[in-house]
This record gives sequence, C-alpha cells and structure tokens, in this order.
Amino acid sequence: MSILLDIQHLNANYGATQVLFDLNLQIHEGGITTLLGANGAGKTTTLRAVSQMVSTTGTILLGGIQIDSLATEDIVRHGVAHVPDGRGTFTALTTEENLRLGSYTRTSKAEINADLEKMFTYFPRLKERKDQQAGTLSGGEQQMLAIARALMLRPRLLLLDEPSFGLAPLIVREIFQIMSAINQSDRVTILLVEQNAALALDLADHAYLLEAGRLVMSGSAQELQNDPAIRRSYLGD
Amino acid sequence: METFIHQIMAGIATGGIYAALALALVMIYQSTHHINFAQGEIAMFATYLAWLLIQAGVPYWLAFFCTIAIAFLLGVMIQRLVIRPVEKAPVLNVVVVFIGLMITINSLAGWFFGFTIKSFPSPFPSHPPFGSSYVSSHELGSISVTLALLITLFLFFRYTSLGLAMRAAAQNPESSRLVGIRVGWMLALGWGLAAGIGAVAGMMVAPVVFLDPNMMSGVLLYAFAAALLGGIDSPGGAVIGGMVVGVLENLLGAYVIGTELKLTVAMLLIITVLVIRPSGFFGKVIVSRV
Repeated sequence: MSILLDIQHLNANYGATQVLFDLNLQIHEGGITTLLGANGAGKTTTLRAVSQMVSTTGTILLGGIQIDSLATEDIVRHGVAHVPDGRGTFTALTTEENLRLGSYTRTSKAEINADLEKMFTYFPRLKERKDQQAGTLSGGEQQMLAIARALMLRPRLLLLDEPSFGLAPLIVREIFQIMSAINQSDRVTILLVEQNAALALDLADHAYLLEAGRLVMSGSAQELQNDPAIRRSYLGD
Repeated sequence: METFIHQIMAGIATGGIYAALALALVMIYQSTHHINFAQGEIAMFATYLAWLLIQAGVPYWLAFFCTIAIAFLLGVMIQRLVIRPVEKAPVLNVVVVFIGLMITINSLAGWFFGFTIKSFPSPFPSHPPFGSSYVSSHELGSISVTLALLITLFLFFRYTSLGLAMRAAAQNPESSRLVGIRVGWMLALGWGLAAGIGAVAGMMVAPVVFLDPNMMSGVLLYAFAAALLGGIDSPGGAVIGGMVVGVLENLLGAYVIGTELKLTVAMLLIITVLVIRPSGFFGKVIVSRV
C-alpha cells in the first residue's frame, strides 16, 4: 500500500505554547488510521496542522505534494476533507445547504446532485431533515451531517475529529458502521481521532498513540489492542 | 384623502431607498459585526460618478449600471486596502477607521465636485403615471427599481452557490475555510455588493434631495433606524423596517411635526428601539453569559 499522508518532523504551536513535538506519521492509502491519546495529547492539533489551521514547522506531504505551506482553503482543493471537533455545522442554513457547501470546490452539477442523493442513502435521516435548519438537528444527526458534508468533497483523505463526542452509544455504533462501509466502498482514506480507544481500534487497521504532544507508540490496531500498557491505560482493563 | 394616499406612496418610495441602504448595513454587519458608518458616503460618491457620466452624455440607464459596477469595485477596494488591515483590531479601532473613511470620502467629494448643490436627473417622466394624482412617476419608478434590486439580491443569495458561500462565510468562517471557501474574498465581495446597493439608493434619492456631499447624512440616519427597527442581523427585517420608517417619516412630517423636525423621527425611533426592543422586530435575541 502506498503512503497518502506523510508527516515529517512536525512541530505545532498556539502562540508561544508548543503542542506537537517532532511528530512523524504515515497514513496508508485506503486504510483507516486512528490517533489515540488522552485529553490535551495533541490529537486535534495534529488534524488542524494537516489543514494548516495552526502554525507549524516540518513537512506534510499529501500523495507526494507538499501541502504545509498552503492555505486551509487550498488544502481542501487537494482533496482533504476535515470534520472539525464540534462538527462545524452551519447552524442557520438548511441541511441541504450544508451538504452543498461541502461540494463548493467542485464544478459538475450532475455529479454533485448524484452525490447528494448518495449521502441521503447513507444517511436517510438527513433526507427527512433536508429543508430543516441544521442547528435544530440532534447531536447525532449533526455528526452525520458533518461527515456527509465532508464526503461531498469526494475527498482522498477524510480527517475525523472525535465523531463519537457527546453521542449515545447506539448512535455512535451506527455512525462507525457507516464510516466502515464508506471506507470499503469509496476507498476513502480516513484519519480518525478518538478518545474512545476501544471503538477506534475496532474500526481502524493502524494506530498511533500520542502523549503530551509526542508519539509514543505505533503499530497495527491489533498490536495496540493486545498491548498490556494500552489495555491498562486506554481500554480500561 | 388624496394627499394622505400620496404621502403614503411617497413614504414607500423613500422607504424603499432606506430599505436598500439598511440592507447594505445589515449585510456588512452580518459578516463582520461592524456598522459601516461610511455606507452613506460611498453611496453619495457613487452618485457623483453617475452625475459625471450623465454630464458627459452617457445615456441614463447605461450610466446607472456603470455606476453600480464602479461602486462595486470601489467597495471591494476599500475592504481590501482599508478594512482588511484592521480586521482583527478591537472594535473601537474599527469604528474610528469607519468614521475616518466617512470624513475622507465626504471631503474628497467636496474637493472634486464642489459643495454647491446640483440637480440630479430622474430617468422617469415628470408627468404623473396614468394621470394619477396619488403618486409621481419618480416615486413609482423608484419603488420599482428598489423592488427589482431586492428581488435580485434575494435570488442571488438564495439560489446561487456564490450566494450560499457568502452566507456561509458570514456565519461560520472556520467551517467555510474547511469546505474551500475563500472567506477573505467573500467579505470583499460583500463590501462590493453593499456599495453597489448604496449606489442604487443614492441615484434614486438624488433627484429628491439634490446632489451635494452631505446628501446622504439624513438618509443614512433613517437607514440606521430602519436596520435597527427590523433587527440589525435580519435582511428581511431591514427591508420592512425601511418601508415603515419611510411611511412614518412622511406621515408625521405632513400631519404632526412638520418637515423641519422630520429627522428627529429617526433619532426617536433609534432610541425607542434600543430601549424597548434592542434586537429589533425580526432580529435574533442573543443571550450571553458574563
């Protein structure tokens, strides 16, 4: 498998506070990679660094093209869709308008309309709420909307920031099933940030563990699942 | 009765102009949370440009559309060159920049065109339409023009992907960047549109108030009142507010307080709205924890 996202010696900082220290990550094309870690470990910041929403040093390559000097809106044009923490819903717009914004950088109207229908088959609940103001959707629906909005880009790489946050376990399972199906059928590479390590390791095929802004472990999801230290600290054994 | 109906029609005609300018204020407020005090002066300057074109022999409607285009470019330029550098500055700095802009444009107009009052042509016939005595041709024409403008804007924002992107950028800049919208340019575009709308308002009101560098100061005050009455974050509210202020101003001026005190109506409205219902009639009530 080829490497889609290659992060080398990445440092990131908010003002004077450095959050990431010399990070090296490789994301394989077509797979699901998860980034684990406690609160404040730098998971969200890693995603924000890929989208250039924080100031960084180091190199970030997407399919061999250097993207770390581009603006956020241009990285989107290279096929990176980012579902931010808090979901980033356009609350005053309708569900359909939210979805159409996801395909803002694409031009073919026919393809966009076809993808819109596809999203409605993935997430039938969004179809029911098509003309409803997105801010009135439930948390689970808004998370589905955020993922669907990101998919409307037809991304090569999907960055997902804590899709399970604040949702009921049943809804979380539904969303994770859909993500797995999307990864299989559309061959979208997914980089998933999760606090719920058990859930994330079930879905992912590769995992990295962050502690205080530094990478401390990496391997296949199975390896990490069986690691005694991980089981103790993150899986609650 | 006849004068009463005429007063109402005249009120709707000027109300439409207030509505347009109020809409321009609301558009900029929605995307930046700033009140553009220079909105009226930009409109005035654009009207002078229209006057120049018409003086040079350009047919009225060609001059009309050229002026809108020039005003649009001016608006974009002002945002890029003057407003963008203070985008992240504290609100008072921005207010000072807006006031500076207002005075600068006003003085520039005086310097280029002089302070003597000029007449500005109306594109509509001077005899009343259909021999009616209820409404003048300019009033009816002005109502039609502002109505056409409002409908065009509504269709643009509701049904085009650029319009959608502008609304998105105004609401949630960070998410907008994440779907690839160039938020900075959307703001500039918003300024351009607002300046274009202002230009239309200026050209429609100039035949009534005559052309001079201070022609928009009163109009802008009414537009403020209209925007506040409707709710400073509600485009639809701004339009309705404009109509209400226009009619109210005319009726009170004609029957209650006389024309000399008409401008106080705007002040009174502003104060009343701010005291009784600060969010306006159609605005969102925002509660914040302190």
